[in-house]
Amino acid sequence: MGDGTLSDWERSSTARVIPPARSRKLAKVPFVELADGRLQGVVSSGSDIGRVYVSSVAAGSYAFACSTNNNRPCGGARGSFCNHIGALINESVLQYGAERVVRYLKAEVPEGEVDGAVLASAMRSTRPQMDETKAAASVFSRFLRHLAYLEHGPVTAPLPEMHFFPPTRAVA
Amino acid sequence: MRADLFAEPVEGLDEALAAVDAFDHALVAGLLRAQAAEPAGPTVLAQALAGTPLAGRVAEAAGKAAAGAAGEDHFVALAAGRTALLGSVHDALLTRIEEAVGRSRGGEAAPVASAGRPAANLLTAARAWLSDLARCGWQGIDHEVVSGAAEVVSAMLPDPSLRRLAALLDGFAAELAASCPGASAERFPVRRWADLWSRGMLLTLPGAAVAPVAGTADGRLLPLGIDVQEHATAAQAQVHAVLEPADGSAPRLVRASVSVPKPDTVVGAGIWQLLRPHLSLLAAAGEGRSMQLTGMPVTAEGDLVWSDDHARPGEPAEAFATARVALPSAVAAATAPLDRHPARIAVPVFLEGYTARTDDDGAVTFTIAGLELPVDTDRIPAAGPLTPESVARSSACIALVRWDAGTFGVQPLAVETTVRKKVTAVHAGAWAGGTADKAGVRAEKAATDAAKVLSERAGRLLRK
Repeated sequence: MGDGTLSDWERSSTARVIPPARSRKLAKVPFVELADGRLQGVVSSGSDIGRVYVSSVAAGSYAFACSTNNNRPCGGARGSFCNHIGALINESVLQYGAERVVRYLKAEVPEGEVDGAVLASAMRSTRPQMDETKAAASVFSRFLRHLAYLEHGPVTAPLPEMHFFPPTRAVA
Repeated sequence: MRADLFAEPVEGLDEALAAVDAFDHALVAGLLRAQAAEPAGPTVLAQALAGTPLAGRVAEAAGKAAAGAAGEDHFVALAAGRTALLGSVHDALLTRIEEAVGRSRGGEAAPVASAGRPAANLLTAARAWLSDLARCGWQGIDHEVVSGAAEVVSAMLPDPSLRRLAALLDGFAAELAASCPGASAERFPVRRWADLWSRGMLLTLPGAAVAPVAGTADGRLLPLGIDVQEHATAAQAQVHAVLEPADGSAPRLVRASVSVPKPDTVVGAGIWQLLRPHLSLLAAAGEGRSMQLTGMPVTAEGDLVWSDDHARPGEPAEAFATARVALPSAVAAATAPLDRHPARIAVPVFLEGYTARTDDDGAVTFTIAGLELPVDTDRIPAAGPLTPESVARSSACIALVRWDAGTFGVQPLAVETTVRKKVTAVHAGAWAGGTADKAGVRAEKAATDAAKVLSERAGRLLRK
């Protein structure tokens, strides 16, 4: 970062920084995010409509966690990734694109096409540990915050600031 | 149109932008860090403002920054100085565009809203967060600093009068979070983040975000096209239109806007579904109809503050007919003083008689009277029938003239293409009110399903 010539991207007021999320079906995994140094999200229970699982995989160490929103540990996630974590990884790849998820998790994946299964198995093969940091409560509250965005009504007074946020046809 | 004017240099532009760049570079390392460059960025900014009413305040703030002792008020002064400088850039660029397209501007600049309201706690909290960023610099950001915005934004969103700042901070914080830690980032969107930072800083001043209603509009509203803006958690649609006042006075260029916060998984057609119920004009613009306005509130900037109570459907009005007949004589309103920024420039124009070219990388260029104008096809919303391919095949175009990264360009809102000797109009916002198009119906269905899951979850989990 010197006094050299700036690239067009660096001197653009409307440079695109994050590609928009890709559309995906939300029924199974209503919430996925790359935040707090983890891939984390909320997975619907297959059997009980009132129950959700909070699942996460940490970047770098791939330390994993899965529990219900009432903090009951998931039976499937004792030794390795459970099905909820598998679903979380699959949906994250759909929403953000494999490249961004792989980069965020600092995962080492084989050359060629990467999908959720390839990514999960690459991380599983390093024999990751259970995550003891108990992030479920904060992930769940981030999910509630995410849902709260549906509750705010539209306004018809102009927001001139939105001119800084043009859409992009590029996909994640 | 005098396209040749777009190629002429704008006097003073390079000097003003050089001072902006110097300041922006200081934000990379942090405003209180000793600067490698001599003189330091804030000092260069202050020198560029010499002789203006802001000179003293900005010079003092630059001095404090150089001594590592600048506080929040000094950051506000620096943000104001940068905004004023870019305001002058805006004015010069807009004058050039109006010369080129032959548009006249009515009236004086709108008066600045008086700072009547006391500083709300939320504005103070927002300013504190932005000040933290200025101290860290983009190289110093980490998740802890960035996450400070979340609480402020959540508290602001329920209050519609704070939407401008909330939408800005939310979009900005998401970009910063995706770039953490700053220490390992290879490059930064230097001008953009400085823009968002300064804009945010100014909006923390009480009254800065108020755009008062200056009167009411009566007459026939003829839509030209729809401009969509969005980040992960907010979207806005702006309809550009010509108002033919009922009193027979000169036609005016106006805008009508609707915006909404959204979860990041609501995209494409889902955005139209959120916005559609609150602006009947979206459907009218999509279907090619005019609307009759009676007593519609309007700001001095020409923004209709829409309420369906003041509008009813009118006769069919083809946008290209409006663009050919009514647009050339329509008068534009002056930009509100604080909103003067090059990124805010969006001048509706009708183009024809150009040749379109697509390069190997997909970039589309119009050549008009020998001048090449880049076409920003990336801004065409994905949930619509207009595509870069149809733009490249077009013979006429309704567009917004914009300026970014040193270049004038056009953003297509609609094009006319000729298929088997038949002229067809294709609009970027054609699906705004709904569509029978096959791909559109599929996109609508996917969006409805996603929205259903989220509201079902919200109903079950929120307010428990």
